[in-house]
Amino acid sequence: MATHSVALDTDSRADYLHATKGLASWLTTTDHKRIGIMYLIMIVAFFFFGATMGILMRLELFSPGQQFLSNGAYNRVLTLHGITMIFLFIIPSIPAVFGNFFLPIMVGANDVAFPRVNLVSWYCYAIGGLFAIISVGLGGPDTGWTFYVPYTATTNANVLIPILAAFILGWSSILTGLNFIVTVHRLRAPGMWWTRLPLFVWGHYATAWIQIVATPVIGITLLLVLMERFLHIPIFDPAVGGDPILYQHLFWIYSHPAVYIMVLPAMGVVSEIIPVFSRKTIFGYKFIAASSMAIATIGSLVWAHHMFTAGMADLARVVFSLLTFLVAIPSGIKILNWLATMYKGSIYLRVPMLYSLAFIFLFSIGGLTGLIQGALATDVHIHDTSFVVAHFHYTMFGGTGVMFFGALHYWFPKMFGRMYNRVVATIGFSTFFIGFNVLYFPLFLAGMHGMPRRYADYLPEYTIYHRISTIGSWIVVASLLVVVGNLVYAYFRGRKASVNPWGAATLEWTVPSPPPTHQFPKPITVTHGPYDYSQIKDWHE
Amino acid sequence: MSEPVTSTNDLEHVQPAAHPVVPYDPVANQIGMWLFLFTEFVLFGILFICFAVYLYEYKWQFEKGSGELNVAFGTINTLILLTSSLTVALAIAAMERSRKSLCVNLLTITVILAMAFFMIKSYEWGMKFEHGIYPGSTHLLEDFTKGENVFFGLYFTMTGLHGLHVLIGVTLLLFVRHKIQRDQVTPARISLLENSGLYWHLVDLIWIFLFPLFYLIS
Amino acid sequence: MDSTHQEPALIPYRVYVLVWAALVVLTGLTVSAHYADMGHVAILTAILIATLKVTLVMLYFMHLRFASPVLIAMVLFVLLSYTIFLSLTFTDYIAR
Repeated sequence: MATHSVALDTDSRADYLHATKGLASWLTTTDHKRIGIMYLIMIVAFFFFGATMGILMRLELFSPGQQFLSNGAYNRVLTLHGITMIFLFIIPSIPAVFGNFFLPIMVGANDVAFPRVNLVSWYCYAIGGLFAIISVGLGGPDTGWTFYVPYTATTNANVLIPILAAFILGWSSILTGLNFIVTVHRLRAPGMWWTRLPLFVWGHYATAWIQIVATPVIGITLLLVLMERFLHIPIFDPAVGGDPILYQHLFWIYSHPAVYIMVLPAMGVVSEIIPVFSRKTIFGYKFIAASSMAIATIGSLVWAHHMFTAGMADLARVVFSLLTFLVAIPSGIKILNWLATMYKGSIYLRVPMLYSLAFIFLFSIGGLTGLIQGALATDVHIHDTSFVVAHFHYTMFGGTGVMFFGALHYWFPKMFGRMYNRVVATIGFSTFFIGFNVLYFPLFLAGMHGMPRRYADYLPEYTIYHRISTIGSWIVVASLLVVVGNLVYAYFRGRKASVNPWGAATLEWTVPSPPPTHQFPKPITVTHGPYDYSQIKDWHE
Repeated sequence: MSEPVTSTNDLEHVQPAAHPVVPYDPVANQIGMWLFLFTEFVLFGILFICFAVYLYEYKWQFEKGSGELNVAFGTINTLILLTSSLTVALAIAAMERSRKSLCVNLLTITVILAMAFFMIKSYEWGMKFEHGIYPGSTHLLEDFTKGENVFFGLYFTMTGLHGLHVLIGVTLLLFVRHKIQRDQVTPARISLLENSGLYWHLVDLIWIFLFPLFYLIS
Repeated sequence: MDSTHQEPALIPYRVYVLVWAALVVLTGLTVSAHYADMGHVAILTAILIATLKVTLVMLYFMHLRFASPVLIAMVLFVLLSYTIFLSLTFTDYIAR
């Protein structure tokens, strides 16, 4: 048990939300909790903007022929959808909000190692977001979020602003990762051994290394694209001697590890939630921790599986196919360990647990369909079809997106001191889960039958898949509005939350809900592991 | 029982001695700086991958392009940067021994050497421009092979980016020198100086590879 | 816990000067190698000498020789990652 006593509800004026007042106090804060909240607001806003782009795409695809978007306009909408969802929503989501808020508390620290750098990383995010909004005003790029050359170097659409946005957002990611690594190495409280770290922390630690090593790759690659476009420096343009496949190599050396930046934190959240709601310690702690590091490592070596049909040498294709199969192994280990944790546990189907179970189901579908693409022979058949679109939505949205909302429901009482309506949250979740599968499963089938991706139009035989999918998109957005609305309502009117409503054993559940600005006024000593529920008594929801 | 929270403001108002929210930690600062350097390694490393790929594809054209560069200038610049690395390392050693004015003087010499490097590099670029060799020039496009075009594209990009880092390094070193003169960097609070030194050594490391690959492959 | 950054005693000034002298010698070596006609080995030699110079700068000027095992492990990890990026990229180019 931590040596300082469990705090009772303190004077609400003293918690981190109310400690100081005024916009300026927030915009100049170095409190990791406030920074997490500032990220939260912007990330949710950009999520709905990206979702709107998605809705527009699905509306256009409701029937063959043009509904209201020309081909060029459709390309711009899909590009904005990708850029927003990937750079402004999924990549930052869990680390920037929950990593920032809870990683320091979980290791027993009062903040991250470099609080001012943390604020700088938020400003990078805000400015990058601003650039993205400006680019919308300029008509938006039409290159796809992948910015392939030579098209990106020659298109009339504005690419300078969105590329600068991505570059600046990359710095936000790098600085977050840098802070987390140093925090975990240097700010652990006495007794918080590496083998007692919550798996959420291990997940973010592994993620942070990818952020450091991989993000600069896309930084320089995008810079080179700008140099080619504006300074006519020949790097990738074949007309002047460049190799466009080299661009794809460099782009994917970041962008594939990026999906592990997206999913490892989400897996960390699942590893927190499942033991709590099974009332049973995690099965195979060391394997799960090691698998996070393994996914980060092997996952950085598989990038060219995005390029199997681009024109690479056969040697490269075989090597990358093999490595792609290897990276599935540590993910499988996690899933097996989660299931083993639940086995013979005492399961509480609270809302965070529902999201975690959904993650396991949806991410498994996503992961298995990834293997189909990892095999060269089958990939030739489904590359650049909507099969791929379904695959990455199952993994990114059904994986990380789901756990972003799962984490919100798990930590909401701690962050805001209020409890949300469980019935509404459950209805919202269930509707979302159904809508998600209605939206994306038909796309697997359409893709197998040859429906290309990034196409605004299609042959009549694909209509039924698209109709079902579009209806699914309406269900998804409506349900998420209910989910988020329920939480917003709870912020203002929810009943007060206790210190430890879930009976969890990690350090954040020993500080008040919501925490004061300095959660550990006196140094603490950690004496038990993060999933040791025998130590947790006197908790109530 | 829980302590009444005395601080109602953000970190700036917490007395470091009484309530160090995040205490001064030179080891943390060192690791943090190395993590930042890793991003720079990777950034230039990718450019070197581009160079390697195109060297493999365009070997004789690259060798020919390399022949257009002046080995004497390149060698002098290499020696300048190596010496500037020495002086900044000595500056840190001086500060560790509390030799404040020696430290400041060594930093001044480092900056002078850096500016000399920058001037020679600018002169080299100027010479190329005068001969019609610059990004997008008609002379390059019409009178040189594709491989040579790519060579010079990489030359300007990589030495240009390196030059930008030289300027950043100079600014950083001048800033640290200023802080030292005001006793805000001391043997007990030496991170800013050490980390600026690390940044400067990075600039040197990049050049150590740039020099032979661009100048010495003909 | 991580071992703290322990420089033994202060590093003598002359160590830095000796390293610098070695770097100058290596520079001279690499320039003369350029003028000696080495054919295919030329580029490899240049890279090897550069690697040696970089190692000296990192070990002595950047103090890695005296750094904690944690930091050394981090540096090696990043260098290894980069080498793998380079090698895997070349699986495409050498077999085209």
